[in-house]
Amino acid sequence: MIPEIGHFALILALLVALVQGSFPIIGAARGNAVWMGLARPAARAQFLLISVAFLCLAYAFATMDYSVTYVASNSNSKLPLQYRIAAVWGGHEGSLLLWAMILSVWTVAVSFFSKHLPDAMRARILGVMGLISIGFLLFMLTVSNPFERLIPAAMDGRDLNPLLQDPGMVFHPPMLYMGYVGFSVAFAFAIAALLGGELDAAWARWSRPWTTLAWVFLTTGIMAGSNWAYYELGWGGWWFWDAVENASFMPWLVGTALIHSLAVTEKRGSFKAWTVLLAICAFSLSLLGTFLVRSGVLTSVHAFATDPRRGLFILAFLVVVIGGSLALFAWRAPTIARGGKFDVVSRESFLLANNVLLAVAAISVLFGTLYPLFLDALGLGKISVGPPYFDTVFAPLMTPALFLMGIGPIARWKQAALPELAKRLRWAFGVSAATAIILPLFLGHWTPMIGLGLFLAFWIFGTSVNLIYQRLGGSGQPLVTRVKSTSRSWWGMVIAHLGIAVFTLGVTIVKGFESEIAVRMQTGDVAHLAGFDFTFEGVTATEGPNYTASRGQIRITKNGVERTVLAPEKRVYTVQNMPMTEAGISPSIIHDLYASLGEPLDNGAWSVRIYHKPMVEWIWVGCLMMAFGGLLALSDKRYRLRKRTIQAGGV
Amino acid sequence: MAMKARHKRFILIAIGLALLGLAAMLILNAFKSNMVFFYTPTQVEKGEVPKGTGFRVGGLVVPGSLKRQDDGLTVRFEITDTAKTIPVVYKGILPDLFKEGKGVVAQGKVGASGLFEASEVLAKHDENYMPPEAAEALKRAKGQGAGTLASPK
Repeated sequence: MIPEIGHFALILALLVALVQGSFPIIGAARGNAVWMGLARPAARAQFLLISVAFLCLAYAFATMDYSVTYVASNSNSKLPLQYRIAAVWGGHEGSLLLWAMILSVWTVAVSFFSKHLPDAMRARILGVMGLISIGFLLFMLTVSNPFERLIPAAMDGRDLNPLLQDPGMVFHPPMLYMGYVGFSVAFAFAIAALLGGELDAAWARWSRPWTTLAWVFLTTGIMAGSNWAYYELGWGGWWFWDAVENASFMPWLVGTALIHSLAVTEKRGSFKAWTVLLAICAFSLSLLGTFLVRSGVLTSVHAFATDPRRGLFILAFLVVVIGGSLALFAWRAPTIARGGKFDVVSRESFLLANNVLLAVAAISVLFGTLYPLFLDALGLGKISVGPPYFDTVFAPLMTPALFLMGIGPIARWKQAALPELAKRLRWAFGVSAATAIILPLFLGHWTPMIGLGLFLAFWIFGTSVNLIYQRLGGSGQPLVTRVKSTSRSWWGMVIAHLGIAVFTLGVTIVKGFESEIAVRMQTGDVAHLAGFDFTFEGVTATEGPNYTASRGQIRITKNGVERTVLAPEKRVYTVQNMPMTEAGISPSIIHDLYASLGEPLDNGAWSVRIYHKPMVEWIWVGCLMMAFGGLLALSDKRYRLRKRTIQAGGV
Repeated sequence: MAMKARHKRFILIAIGLALLGLAAMLILNAFKSNMVFFYTPTQVEKGEVPKGTGFRVGGLVVPGSLKRQDDGLTVRFEITDTAKTIPVVYKGILPDLFKEGKGVVAQGKVGASGLFEASEVLAKHDENYMPPEAAEALKRAKGQGAGTLASPK
């Protein structure tokens, strides 16, 4: 009964979405206030209905209703409750429901926090979001229904893929989806502006906090995924340039360009058409990412069983959304007024250069991810490009981007003088160059890549310090006044940029100085790595709720002094009889000590992988700093909700 | 700096296009030099594979072929597409889901000894899923009228 209620709620939600996607947009074009007024109640009704559907599915999982096909294929009676709930989005159908759920969360949020928007604008935005929702609900109801019954019911479920039975599963997908789907708000703002022909600084100011918030979620989601892969896969890697990771990285790159381009549009009125194009691309890539990952085109833990009808629907939906919005852009963009002029050397041009670099980076990822798929689809052979391709492309693209990142915030709007910039940044340059040359000598060895990475990281540190010093230093007012008069969005920018520096430093150090060994170890054997002694103290059998495990014990000492004990596990999940590696990690700000069990060999010996990962945690700390910077910018005074006039007078 | 605005704009656009061209070259070059082709064991047997450069080969692990060397880390096994079989040597720890009779993809090159020396071994992510390359190899071999070894799921 409960699953039928969920199914019925989805059908009603589709009907409401049809209303939301049509009347308000037509009403806005005709100036019909009643039709426009339907947008908000429709958005809220849809939210309630999809919530009901979502709760029904969660209930089916919680109560182990194996008469529902989706529950039977993604859960099991021995699966702990928190993973039974997370299993709601553990498969294809449920993850689409999560998508639709999150879309309705964003939509209802827009409906509440858009009182200051002109009626037509709000109606168009909610209308566009309704149209997107139609696509997803239709998809679920036609070819991907999570509430489909299984007759006769299964005795027990086939269990959630053991790789997904991890706390990461509870956070990573919802976070990532909040990011992906959050870009639908920026997209809806862009389409609404194109439809209404109102593209101005006020539009940018309204659109900015939504975009930043989506970006914060996406950053956190990617970071959580990277961290999860690091400890779950047992290979010690934190980024694999896997097609699935790329699918989330492309919208991030374009989204990052978008939040910067929006800043220029808000402050200077420039880059309007470009900003709109980026908003369309960010969301299109989010859609593409969702579907690439969920359609089974890619081989990965994220891909589920394929059904050709689904692929066809997905392709058609992508063509309609991406093609339609780009066509609208091509039609309406020429009417967009030109923005303020700026000089070759100015903050605008630095930001433009960074935007282009980020966009090119996104294109290179798109190319490396999609081209092999195209070749395969056309029957022209199977190829793959691995991390070497992406590494080769990213170093030369990101080097100028990071370098310009140091200069951009310091350069003046409209017109800046190169000699003045050079003079102001000479110390930052000198310090970072010196660090890049000297520091590696203390750390052990020097390579051009280590030097480059350190230079860029310290360049961003140095220029940020310079920026803060200029803002807070000097004479006149007391320091406290200066700190107070500095906006939170400025601090947010500085912290996010410092996050990039921390991230770059982490990547450089871990790539340049990590070490690993794979050894055969018997009880009592000692392995040596990076000055540490790893003593293997044997393996004991343990049991979890739905798995059996061999738990190893590895004591780590340095010069005879005990540091820590690692307990890596090799688990076998009993339902699917699937082995899983659970790494033992001792994290710290200086380095991670990491061990994972390979396979049991003869005489109680095991093959063991041991890693020394200096400063690897900085990578994720850097990401969190970026996300925190975004949140701080969001809390800025000028985004506080209050009645605002519709005038275009930007700050 | 008595340059006309129009000239300035022209120069900027020219520089921009040149840089984009450079970026395109960089991407295509990186792509070309890091492209890894996929071959079936039959193609490897026939000598259709590039000499000296790496490639991928996929199929099923021949049951009973997995042999471990004394160091406990070097393994030898055979990959088959049911028509032809090629021997593989790999030093390292195999992925969790590596199993005899199941699908596998190995990346590496043919060494001096004539063995395929794998630098990377990939297995599937879940019990019922086969790497598409491995499935493809079996399909192609079947098309050539080879017998079946095990029913690939």
